[in-house]
Amino acid sequence: MQGYLRADGRKGIRNLVLVTYLVECAHHVAREIVNQSESDDVQLIGFPGCYPNEYSLNIMENLCSHPNVAGVLVVSLGCEGFNREQLSQTIAASGRPVETLVIQKAGGTKSTIAAGLDRVKDLVSAAQKCEMVAMDMSELIVGTICGGSDGTSGIGANPAVGHCFDRLIEQGSACIFEETGELIGCEQIMADRAITPELGEEIMKSVEKAENYYTLMGYGSFAPGNAEGGLTTQEEKSMGAYAKSGSSKIHGLIKPGDIPKQGGLYLMDVVPDDTPLFGFPNISDNAEIMEMIASGSHLILFTTGRGSVVGSAISPVIKVCANPETYENLSDDMDINAGKVITGTATIAQVGDEVFDLVAQVASGKQTKSEELGHQESIITYKRFEAIGPSCLPTVR
Amino acid sequence: MIDQRFVLLSKEDNVFVCCEQVKAGVEVCLEERMLTIQTEINVGHKIARFDLIQGDKVIKYGAPIGSTTENIAFGEHVHMHNMKSDYIASHTRQKRAGEE
Repeated sequence: MQGYLRADGRKGIRNLVLVTYLVECAHHVAREIVNQSESDDVQLIGFPGCYPNEYSLNIMENLCSHPNVAGVLVVSLGCEGFNREQLSQTIAASGRPVETLVIQKAGGTKSTIAAGLDRVKDLVSAAQKCEMVAMDMSELIVGTICGGSDGTSGIGANPAVGHCFDRLIEQGSACIFEETGELIGCEQIMADRAITPELGEEIMKSVEKAENYYTLMGYGSFAPGNAEGGLTTQEEKSMGAYAKSGSSKIHGLIKPGDIPKQGGLYLMDVVPDDTPLFGFPNISDNAEIMEMIASGSHLILFTTGRGSVVGSAISPVIKVCANPETYENLSDDMDINAGKVITGTATIAQVGDEVFDLVAQVASGKQTKSEELGHQESIITYKRFEAIGPSCLPTVR
Repeated sequence: MIDQRFVLLSKEDNVFVCCEQVKAGVEVCLEERMLTIQTEINVGHKIARFDLIQGDKVIKYGAPIGSTTENIAFGEHVHMHNMKSDYIASHTRQKRAGEE
């Protein structure tokens, strides 16, 4: 396995140029630059809002200096609240080339697109000079999320990903699972798996926070499709989701944008701290995928029962389908058929090994189904987090 | 003996999970008892492994996933109509549209 070596010492499995807009008003211009650029390795991300928000800045900084990213073009309208100076300084400090265009100064839509295409061309040719070096599985960070869950998710796909996680962690990889709002009811079991009692306490608190948040909002993360697929309660969905974590000890609790410093299993707390200020913790699966990528995930394992077609900007998404009927219906979008567990033609361990092998192949450059289809969804929202406590990222193994 | 169409995920569980759609009227053998399925059960849905009493915890994956809101007979569909979360109410599209 080989990775693209960045100036900051991190290694990527993809070599992308990002075009990022800092407010929805700059979205069209940024999108046109991406659409008109000749390279497939130019991708679009952005932040829709205008009010400044520390969290969104932090997430954007982490995405733009992600190991899969070689260089960035920042597209600003000019009057938005986003701190574009700090963003470009952070990208520059990571050793990545960064260019900024301000639409209000550059002469509007046409001339900004023209200038952007020139800058992107330079960024792509700089990216192509990036050195490739040997990369070990222990340098890999892998996130997992479930979307469109049903009663089969917790039987086939999620435990298979859990099996894959166990194998990755044995190899020294860092693995991240989510999310506290979808782990309501599992808090005690998770606390018992924590590497220290202090971490166990923090895990309990994070799930309690999620429960309060969802209760105040009036909804859990339970969608109508979950019920049609046989799931009945938040905690039932949670137990199925929890199976993705495998059986390793939990080594740390992180918040979006915290990058694991060593291998092991990490729980990501995605629920904003304190009184709800910004709506639902994550408004869609892709919001959570972006957070896992902001925490350094090179790859995302996405399990589904009802079926989802999404991919992501920046990091490849491997889709593991739990439901055999869904797999048949959406096979062009699915990378792994975990429905074989339901039909009794494969064991969880066999499917888990298949996922593990595919992770190694995708990390070595093989395209996932969603990459082949051109999926590059991304969302960044408003949130607020306190700095993480020392008990949450333990240095002992 | 367990019917292939219904799996037991953990030995403490009091529900089976359906792995293959079963139509109403079909006979299955569960817990060494013959049983006629009363309503169609789809993949991913649950049926009761025992007679359950109102207020019982529903156990799946060896863990509680909610409580029954009425008595549920052995083999009966366990779903939104007869169990609820112990944490947060589950919302569905039908309920939101008032079409329940």
